[in-house]
Amino acid sequence: MPRVALFPTCLVDVMRPSVGFAAARLIEQAGFAVTVPEGLTCCGQPAFNSGDRKTARALARRTMTALAGFDFVVLPSGSCAGMMVKHYPELFEAGSADHTAALALAARTHELTAFLVHIARVNNLASEFPARATYHDSCAGLRELGIKSEPRQLLKKVAGVTLMEMEDAEVCCGFGGTFCVKYPEISTRMTDKKVERIIASGADTVVAGDLGCLMTMAGRLKRLGSDIRVRHVAEVLAGDYATPPLAEDDGDAA
Amino acid sequence: MSARETILARIRSRLPGTEAARRDAVELHLAAHGANLVPLRGLGDGDHRLSLFTRLMTGVGGSVETVETLADVVQAVAAHMAAAGLPPSLRKGADTTLAHLPWHRAPGLTLLSGPADPADHTTLSLAFAGVAESGTVLLLSGPDNPATLNFLPELHMVVLPASRLVSCYEDVWPLLRASQGDGLMPSTLNMISGPSRTADIEQTIVRPAHGPRDLHVIIVVGA
Amino acid sequence: MQPETARFKELSRAALANDQLQRSMVATGPQFVLKRAKARAALPEFDDLRNAARDIKNHVLAHLDVYLEKFEARVQAAGGHVHWAETAEEARAIILNICAAKKARLITKGKSMVSEEVGLNEALEGAGHTPVETDLGEYLIQIRNERPSHIIAPAVHLRREQIEADFRRVHTDLDPARDLSHIPALVEEARRVLRQNYLDADVGITGANFLVAGTGSAIIVTNEGNGDLTRLMPETHIVITSIEKIVPTLEDASTLLRVLARSATGQDISTYTTLMTGPRRAADPDGPEEFHIVLLDNGRSQVLGTEFQDMLRCIRCGACLNHCPVYQAVGGHAYGWVYPGPIGSVVTPALIGIENAANLPNASTFCGRCEDVCPVRIPLPRLLRHWREREFEQHLTPRTVRSGLGAWAFLAKRPKLYGLAMRLAARFLNWRGRAGRIASLPLARGWTRTRDLPAAQGKTFTELWRERQK
Ligand code: SF4
Repeated sequence: MPRVALFPTCLVDVMRPSVGFAAARLIEQAGFAVTVPEGLTCCGQPAFNSGDRKTARALARRTMTALAGFDFVVLPSGSCAGMMVKHYPELFEAGSADHTAALALAARTHELTAFLVHIARVNNLASEFPARATYHDSCAGLRELGIKSEPRQLLKKVAGVTLMEMEDAEVCCGFGGTFCVKYPEISTRMTDKKVERIIASGADTVVAGDLGCLMTMAGRLKRLGSDIRVRHVAEVLAGDYATPPLAEDDGDAA
Repeated sequence: MSARETILARIRSRLPGTEAARRDAVELHLAAHGANLVPLRGLGDGDHRLSLFTRLMTGVGGSVETVETLADVVQAVAAHMAAAGLPPSLRKGADTTLAHLPWHRAPGLTLLSGPADPADHTTLSLAFAGVAESGTVLLLSGPDNPATLNFLPELHMVVLPASRLVSCYEDVWPLLRASQGDGLMPSTLNMISGPSRTADIEQTIVRPAHGPRDLHVIIVVGA
Repeated sequence: MQPETARFKELSRAALANDQLQRSMVATGPQFVLKRAKARAALPEFDDLRNAARDIKNHVLAHLDVYLEKFEARVQAAGGHVHWAETAEEARAIILNICAAKKARLITKGKSMVSEEVGLNEALEGAGHTPVETDLGEYLIQIRNERPSHIIAPAVHLRREQIEADFRRVHTDLDPARDLSHIPALVEEARRVLRQNYLDADVGITGANFLVAGTGSAIIVTNEGNGDLTRLMPETHIVITSIEKIVPTLEDASTLLRVLARSATGQDISTYTTLMTGPRRAADPDGPEEFHIVLLDNGRSQVLGTEFQDMLRCIRCGACLNHCPVYQAVGGHAYGWVYPGPIGSVVTPALIGIENAANLPNASTFCGRCEDVCPVRIPLPRLLRHWREREFEQHLTPRTVRSGLGAWAFLAKRPKLYGLAMRLAARFLNWRGRAGRIASLPLARGWTRTRDLPAAQGKTFTELWRERQK
């Protein structure tokens, strides 16, 4: 059985393990053996985006070491996958051993839904999830990795899911890592525009593939008193409606 | 050191390769007049070019009519001016093609020549070429077709021989080099695609802004 | 005008609270996006043309010295004068000299961002000339004494009611009874006033979108025709432009023109594209008698050969502004200087120093939409990130961010310790939750002031996974 390293990402690790378990279940159901390697912390994106290349490089090296030897590396995040696929190779001088390792890792690394569609070639999902769902395209997944149809294709296979497109699904939710705390007013305005679109779509659940975006949207929706539920795509695909949505304490009724 | 020397020296110090190699590469590139990717949309026969040009020009608020011969231009001009309710006075340059038209067939029309006067309502120019891919006419400045004719009047009319309606910009430049000499240009070359407009207030398109209210292109099928 | 880039946070807060501005942005932003999308859809080769456009500009930058000399020689052969300006100050001095020699009173101006960059209008006024902007948008901001808020739509932040009020204030001969409540009436009024200026001007100053090395032509594109009237009517025409605007041939210019208007306004081509080569010829009955081109460097040549070189490909189409969620939220004035939006946040630090513009490269989520639409494929997020790197190296990054990052990096490099810290964090962020969310958290006020923080589930994924594996 091909071996998949599941990199839960630092946010999933701390905030929402259920996403990691849902991802693991989906990968296993597709016929792969899942390992969560030792020694993983964070992919280094916060350092990279803050201009601290040295730290980013150190963390990239650690991550590359921890992930060596697997057939595939899968992350439930377009943003962290984008970091590893697009930016790790930029961190090292062309021709260096690290650069070669980064390119090799990039070739084996996939965002979860892209992995399920293109590598695992998942045709059917046995799961069920009651939701009128609208999908928000996270920026890095969409524009660094070209992920657009994959999550939608998969969501349509889940019994009980009705997909409803929102306008401007491709526009940023306002998260942007440290941006959301450095420029909270601008970030909140961006989130408000997103929230408007979500509400206008008529969906009862907003789904995305990145926990940063999800926390941002959920945090604002709840502050505004909305009862729209916020879910990671892995949870919906795995049919995990028992776990409460983000920023809620009750699971969804079946 | 002059500013020129300083700037060029700094640029040189920052570019890869030798200056001699750069000079060779530049000479080669300039002499080749190489076309880059040319969109397919303009390519096609005369009918295709005419219909695309007409669609695009009218789409941006210009108007297009076709006449059979150069001689027919006179009536077309007079009729269009009358329909627009403009005074029967027409300004044009010294262009011989336009000068030799049978203007006697429009007896009520006063012809003025020379560059535009701010009081002119209507002017007439002969296009150097037309381009189908974007619905554009090209006009060269000079005594034949003074550039002010293109901007000061309310109505600017342009005569375009169908034989000069080409597919794409890349088809124009060889014609231009043939007429002016390689690397040489008229003082002003205008590429005009519709009447003057602005969207500077609330992104609402309003015509005209500072130039002509109307642009009327008369395509001469037999010229 | 002095840069106010250091006040970005303050200015952006004010912009968010400015209802009138917000209404303008919401009304116009989506239109730009829609128009570009339509134009792109109508031309199957569009994205390939962007590659070609990028390649042309890269070729120019790699041979810039030679192309500039070629361009200069062609302009001179056509009877024009070429002036080189290393700094904004030199550019102003050159133009003031020409205007003084011409004893110019009234000076009409076509829209030029380089003119804004060097603060030309202030200099002209200071020397006793009267510059009048003729692009409608530029005219509007000139009479309001503002900066442009967008590089192709300078007055995009204004609404018609404000413009009516400005006209009534400034156009003293305006009949108070005249109805100016609709947009065409406002345009008509501007046309009336500006037309007389074209006729009376002694000197006309325009910018240039491209400089064709092979022919010595400066190209300007406008929709209004104001650039042409500014060139053609006065005795003297001055083009103020910058050294990176070169393209080799007319063929290359064609490729760039194909992507420029589509990216900017969604047009196939702008209404007027004008190739201006020297002054009027001996036999010509109209056109300027004297023609000058001022080539400004102002820090650009220093960008060559650095990790920022790609910014010099920019053709100032404004697409990155139109698609930027940050620009669309705060508008152009919040950026505090001449060039707003993603390209502004890349260019401004290069022109006025990163130490004077430190906020700008940080005010981005790296959402990448700018790069996605840029007609010359400038990797704007990457360039912004490079500025953050320079800031980090030069210790310009705020101390709190630096120390936070340091502490986090310390942990992240030590998986055991990191695991412990995360387990604690997971428990704490679960314990603080009420109904699944945290309404306020002392160290995360930036977050919790406007939004709840979803509570953590209690244990980390790693510890749960290991528990299950046992
Ligand atoms: S950076 Fe690209 S998108 Fe932005 S103005 Fe320049 S050319 Fe246009």
